Amino acid sequence: MCLAIPVQIVELEGTQAVVDMHGVRRPVQVNLLQNPEVGDYVLVHAGFAIQKWSEADVAEYHAIMEEMNAMDEKAE
Amino acid sequence: MFKEIKENLRHWAKQIDRPLKLMEVCGTHTMAAFRAGLRSFLPENVNLLSGPGCPVCVTAGDYIDHVIRLTAEPNVMIATFGDMLRVPGNLGSLEIARAQGADILVVYSPVDAVLAAEKYSDKQVVFLGVGFETTAPTVAWTIQAAAEKKLANYSVFCAHKTMPQAMAALLQSKEVRIDGFVCPGHVSVITGTKLYTFIAEEYKTPCVVAGFEPLDIFQAITMLVQQCAEGRSEVENQYQRSVKEKGNQAAQALLAEIFEPCDAKWRGLGVISGSGLQIRAKYADYAAENKFAFLQEKLAAPEPIGCRCGEILRGVCIPFECPLFQKACTPANPIGACMVSNEGTCAAYYKYAQKQRKV
Ligand code: SF4
Repeated sequence: MCLAIPVQIVELEGTQAVVDMHGVRRPVQVNLLQNPEVGDYVLVHAGFAIQKWSEADVAEYHAIMEEMNAMDEKAE
Repeated sequence: MFKEIKENLRHWAKQIDRPLKLMEVCGTHTMAAFRAGLRSFLPENVNLLSGPGCPVCVTAGDYIDHVIRLTAEPNVMIATFGDMLRVPGNLGSLEIARAQGADILVVYSPVDAVLAAEKYSDKQVVFLGVGFETTAPTVAWTIQAAAEKKLANYSVFCAHKTMPQAMAALLQSKEVRIDGFVCPGHVSVITGTKLYTFIAEEYKTPCVVAGFEPLDIFQAITMLVQQCAEGRSEVENQYQRSVKEKGNQAAQALLAEIFEPCDAKWRGLGVISGSGLQIRAKYADYAAENKFAFLQEKLAAPEPIGCRCGEILRGVCIPFECPLFQKACTPANPIGACMVSNEGTCAAYYKYAQKQRKV
């Protein structure tokens, strides 16, 4: 149930946003966030953004993913 | 990073001269750990137990039976997350009911259930409120929205549960020794890390909140082993990129507005006091059991014969110890809830464990 991938807000109108999930645009409610803005990276659960990620958080995520991808390649 | 974590884990595990049992509470963690083969990287004396953190799995059988009865009512549309469809109750499953003509809408977000109520004003739309602290605020939102829009044909059949009471119940029962908890990441996004303080302090059991990538889980395990080796029991946060100490306060406020704590029945764990959420009296119009009084009746809900889901959810046994596992019970033909959900422990073992050295 938990999708732990950061997605970016590309449109925003009131508490209704559109996020980009790997090229797929999805409506997302942002009423649970403080001051959401276009460009923010957010964590989405069941159609709701439940947390914002800072740039550093996103960088940490990418570092982890890179390391895991490198491990996969080695294993193959 | 991986090599470093692995060395640290070996280092700390060596300082402990007994087997450690760590429980990953959350079903998503169970799946992620298996998918990455994490168990095969653990030192001999570190074992992972799977816990009661799969929302579908812990939903009691009588809830499913009530829902099936609900589908037989005229003009009722059930809105639900997809993973509820195949959970077997004593009266069949929602999937079977749907094949027989029941009106069931599978939604990606609870928002879609409210939209359906607006669209089909001649139907009573009932959303199945199943899930933990992560999902409950999204369902709370639908009740608030329905109240604002004065939607008379929307309600929630609420079986939401809260995680820490179940963790405490497991410790209290002393049925299994649990040396530490890998705590659910997204429950904690909402609640913050303080949720587990009483587990660490009163029960002297270390807690580490973990993210969902295999490296996150591996690191959380290492942090738990280190706490055990150093004789500490604290709440630590491995998943700092998402989880803040105080959690998501807007979500907490919404939860408190719509819901209040209640006793709740868990599959395998029985009734745990204060472990559920019920809709407050102020929003009673949106509680399905007030529209359909038969939902308040008590139903006997025996577990399928031979199924050991209950013990599996308590960490007492593993799927290999169930005589039906991989034989009568498979993901294509699930007998118990733990095989149905793709976060279920039996489903995880079925998919991954045969291929792995250590389970
Ligand atoms: S293998 Fe099937 S029958 Fe056995 S405990 Fe798991 S879900 Fe129940």
